[in-house]
Amino acid sequence: MSGADPDTARGTAKGGVHSPQRHDSALKHTTGEAIYIDDMPEPAGLLHAALVLSPVAHGRLRSLDLAAVRSAEGVAAAVTAADIPGPNDIAPVGRDEPLFAETLVEYAGQPVAAVAATSLDLARAAAKRAVPDIEPLPPILTIDAALEKGSLLAPPSVLARGNVGQAMASAPHRLSNSFRVGGQEHFYLEGQVALAVPGEDGDLVIHSSTQHPTEVQHVAARVLCLPYNRVTVSVRRMGGAFGGKESNASWVAAVAALLAWRSGRPVKLRLPRADDMVATGKRHGFLYRYEVGFDDDGRVLALDATLAANGGHSVDLTPGVLTRALTHVDNAYWIPHIRCTGFACKTNTVSNTAFRGFGGPQGVMLMEDAISRIAHALGKTPEDVRAANFYGEGSNDETPYGQKVEDNLIRRCVAQAARDAAWDQRRAEIDAFNRASPVVKRGLGMFPLKFGISFNIPSMNQAGALVHVYSDGSIRLNHGGTEMGQGLFVKVAQIVAEVFQVDLDRVRITPTSTAEVPNTSPTAASTGSDLNGWAAFAAANTIRQRMAAFAASHFDVPEDAIAFRDNHVQVARPGDNRTMPFGELARLCHQSRVSLSSTGFYKTPGLHWDAAAMKGRPFFYFSFGAAVAEVAIDTLTGESRVLRVDLVQDCGRSLNPAVDRGQIEGAFAQGLGWLTCEELWWDGEGRLRTAGPSTYKIPGSRDMPPVFNVRMLEDAPARAATIFRSKAIGEPPLLLATAVWTALKDAIASVAGHSVPVILDAPATPERILMVVQGLRNRSGELPSS
Amino acid sequence: MSDTIAFTLNDRPVEATGISPAMTLLDWLRGPARLTGTKEGCAEGDCGACTVVFERLSSSGARICEPVNACLVMMGQVHGCAVRTVEGLRGRDGAPHPVQIALAEGDGTQCGYCTPGIVMSMYAFVAGGEPPEPTLLHDALAGNLCRCTGYRPIVDAMARVAGHAADAAPPPAAGSVTGNAVLMHGATRFDVPATMAGLLALRRDHPDAWLLAGGTDLGLLVSHDRQIPARVVHVARVPELQALVLEHGRLRIGAAVTYARLLPFLEGPLAPFGAMVRRLGSRQIRALGTIGGNIGTASPIGDTLPVLLALDASVRLRSAARGARLVGIDDFFTGYRKTVLAPDEIIEAVDFEVPLHGDIFQVDKVSKRRDQDISTVLGAYLLRVEGGIVRTVRLAFGGMAATPARALRVETALLGQAWTEATIERAAAMLGEDFQPLDDWRGSAAFRLTVAGNLLRRLYMRASRPDLVVEIDQL
Repeated sequence: MSGADPDTARGTAKGGVHSPQRHDSALKHTTGEAIYIDDMPEPAGLLHAALVLSPVAHGRLRSLDLAAVRSAEGVAAAVTAADIPGPNDIAPVGRDEPLFAETLVEYAGQPVAAVAATSLDLARAAAKRAVPDIEPLPPILTIDAALEKGSLLAPPSVLARGNVGQAMASAPHRLSNSFRVGGQEHFYLEGQVALAVPGEDGDLVIHSSTQHPTEVQHVAARVLCLPYNRVTVSVRRMGGAFGGKESNASWVAAVAALLAWRSGRPVKLRLPRADDMVATGKRHGFLYRYEVGFDDDGRVLALDATLAANGGHSVDLTPGVLTRALTHVDNAYWIPHIRCTGFACKTNTVSNTAFRGFGGPQGVMLMEDAISRIAHALGKTPEDVRAANFYGEGSNDETPYGQKVEDNLIRRCVAQAARDAAWDQRRAEIDAFNRASPVVKRGLGMFPLKFGISFNIPSMNQAGALVHVYSDGSIRLNHGGTEMGQGLFVKVAQIVAEVFQVDLDRVRITPTSTAEVPNTSPTAASTGSDLNGWAAFAAANTIRQRMAAFAASHFDVPEDAIAFRDNHVQVARPGDNRTMPFGELARLCHQSRVSLSSTGFYKTPGLHWDAAAMKGRPFFYFSFGAAVAEVAIDTLTGESRVLRVDLVQDCGRSLNPAVDRGQIEGAFAQGLGWLTCEELWWDGEGRLRTAGPSTYKIPGSRDMPPVFNVRMLEDAPARAATIFRSKAIGEPPLLLATAVWTALKDAIASVAGHSVPVILDAPATPERILMVVQGLRNRSGELPSS
Repeated sequence: MSDTIAFTLNDRPVEATGISPAMTLLDWLRGPARLTGTKEGCAEGDCGACTVVFERLSSSGARICEPVNACLVMMGQVHGCAVRTVEGLRGRDGAPHPVQIALAEGDGTQCGYCTPGIVMSMYAFVAGGEPPEPTLLHDALAGNLCRCTGYRPIVDAMARVAGHAADAAPPPAAGSVTGNAVLMHGATRFDVPATMAGLLALRRDHPDAWLLAGGTDLGLLVSHDRQIPARVVHVARVPELQALVLEHGRLRIGAAVTYARLLPFLEGPLAPFGAMVRRLGSRQIRALGTIGGNIGTASPIGDTLPVLLALDASVRLRSAARGARLVGIDDFFTGYRKTVLAPDEIIEAVDFEVPLHGDIFQVDKVSKRRDQDISTVLGAYLLRVEGGIVRTVRLAFGGMAATPARALRVETALLGQAWTEATIERAAAMLGEDFQPLDDWRGSAAFRLTVAGNLLRRLYMRASRPDLVVEIDQL
């Protein structure tokens, strides 16, 4: 066989798939030699840019006086909406988001102008001299206010199955509840940055810290009225992204491009942290209301739920986020009759956007809340109620949107996590501890996970790659995926090394560029290695097949006599076996005019989605997992701490266990932060007052569980035809941190002897925990006395 | 007067000219020096991506490596110092430093942007020869945020390399400046007086000049707000301000003593103060931040101030015209960030009596995050209970009012009363009369009042039933 087998690794050379490989830039990271956009040597004549941001959340922009800006020292260009040659529109999906506000400002922090000057300090000083005249209008700042006023970005979307009304009415038990979860700042350590360099004929090269080079290309071309072929976007690496550099990188780059076009000089826009935090979108906060009907065994018979997301002032990616939230309400549970209504609320806050999990983390919280309430109502444990509701295997296995849950690993993951955590023993220990400890209470929580992999929009599930083999046998790899730290580049390089059976260090990783692979999708939705891995496999395999065909004809053997093995090519000829270095065959191919360059293309098979009906098969497959968390709370201060986590994550057959473990641990930490210490706080005028790490607290090293057992589910190759039977890993483990939230609720409930149900909004800051504890104490009349 | 800032950078002497002495070290490294390994993550001293190490020799000749945030350090402060950046860690043979190898091989990097700062914190930790105990590892990492890894591989790499990489680092460079220094460029004059007389004269003649000690607060004006000061007076080289003396049961702390230098003195009866200071900022902050700065800034959430109030500290002020005067800490704060300090005065020192054996002395800090966070509420309490009766009591809180303040009505409700649960409940109920706190992003007024009352309950429980009060960070 002349092609490589995408199911089974051969592993004759060093660094192929399934081997734990270090991040390709690890040593460059630690020596400080890895180059980020702000580290690049600055081109001659470079201008530095700064933004003018709206100080008010909602108002009529009556005028914008830039005279003092333009006359400030060092200023080369200052631009407003009036200076945009093309449409003033940076929206990724809809057409509702201006680059600069024109007549209406819709959030505090919205860009109204930008300035480029000879130094960063001069640019920032000049920007402060802008005089916007804004007539304030009453802002809508919360989900509640938006719902009350009917302020929506899109009509409500409904995901439904069965007859909810009838099933609810006939259910033996019913209960309802409402709670909410906050948003989350990405806090990538490298802020948004773009460097636009004008070239011949006004062509532009943009170095952008972006997960979506193609969208940067499109948005920059749109505002400058250029065809796409005049704008080239490149990125070698980002200093973190997490979804925050999907749509938001585009407008930052567009400002740099506009100023470069206007001044004819290279322009760099790097947002200071505070600007980055007020002007770029975040994870959506959600408000939940639900009613659930269930039987005596805790089986859910009907669920009627409302999920309202704070979309901010513009559409951005909110419909996609809401769709993913709605398609993840079911999580691991089969719900026969269900109606989930999603509201995309329009508020006068920054437009919320993609963030690792993309609505999934918000979606799965609803059923966890319902399960703890059902358990309380029936006097059962949440674990028993969960088990009564898990998707079946062969029956009760269809999701509300019509896709079957095949390859169901839920019970396996949950059983493994419970075993690893010694659940029964520690449950008893913790209950005993709590009876003896009036101030500090411990809690134990569980969370099972099912997460759908693929972009919900089928057309986005495509990828391209470009592989060159040079005549010395060295290999150059390029693909449409971007490297944000997640280890995509090394994984895809491992696939190419595997195809040729050469050592990994023979494959040169190169920056993502719209000039090399066009029309790409964002690196998002956990699909980076699934999509780009397949595309690179296809490109490399095409070359391998050409090389094999050439070798067969050159040595006059059938193609199946050619084998790629350990950096060599073997030619099996009866009585005359020969082996030559891979590079030697490459040289011979070139001599014989065989093309050693190929593109590769992949599109995920079998996807379809009816967005209006919310039915179809949106996901190629599901990823599974489970987590058990133990926490302690101080019932006098509300402070909490995670003491131990045992988690199980399905990675299929991991392409790179070292990278995947890093993704699991890092995603869990991010989920932990979202649900506990990370709190976005807007004042009454709609100004974000947690606009820096001094006030917005992401987890530190001490906040991680001192006992953190991470297990990748063994012997679980993907059933779907994924590349080397691996599974996506970027987002799913973030959701496993939900176990911390369920554990906190368990700890709080122990204050009142589990006699009163607990409503705990997230993030569970000391304040929220203490206020719930105080409420329980007041209700139960119990004080933490000696 | 000079426009040359002379220091040692990565073992080589450097003379930086043509730059403002108020420029941040970070901007200088990434700009004129083209050393881009050091990153800007926040420019407010909280993320640690810009961590570099100041190296010096102690009086006993031992090498001291202190991590600092380059974004908070003005170039004038660097004059005469030895600085090491991530580019200066390779050995003479060009090989990466063991911490760089350990972190890379241990999968301790993902996006890599926080990594140089983490490497420098690791380097300082390893050079300090500390054992790889979890508490110390987290102390050493508290000033470095990583958004990708979840820290586990970083902590593991640090533990692996602790203790046996110190010798591989190059020796510290010598750097010293004696006498007054005046650095000047552009709009900024930066004075570094070496004597008290020199400092007092500058303060008298230029009352509007920025008085700079460590710069962990003032540095934000430059780094974050991009202000350009006309005049800075750097006080750290005045010997009297560096005094740190424990005698006759009193601890006297010179105003320019850093938290890092102070910490070894906060043991024994002062251990609760020390435990809090270990949560004040990060190692980077504690290497620069000073107690005088905390007092002078007079923030309602300055972490040491309630402690000084509880300890009934005296603040020694000094001016050229009137010499020294002592002001009780109770009288020092006059309003939001306002003090009795006269325009020609400086804070020379603060001193207080160390609690006696048998005194109840506790400090509690409540914040959203355990490390490197600004307090929502900070409580400090000193009580003497004799024969079951509260004989003396000083209870002070931060985050409850426009200034750090004592809970005087609560104190009154306790003084002379039986030390019982009922008394503490009655006293706690008075908090609302002492304080009308504000709602802000760190906590609502209701939360602050509730938690402050609970801290008083915990104070009592700790003193009377220590077996029942488990601390969550000790589980």
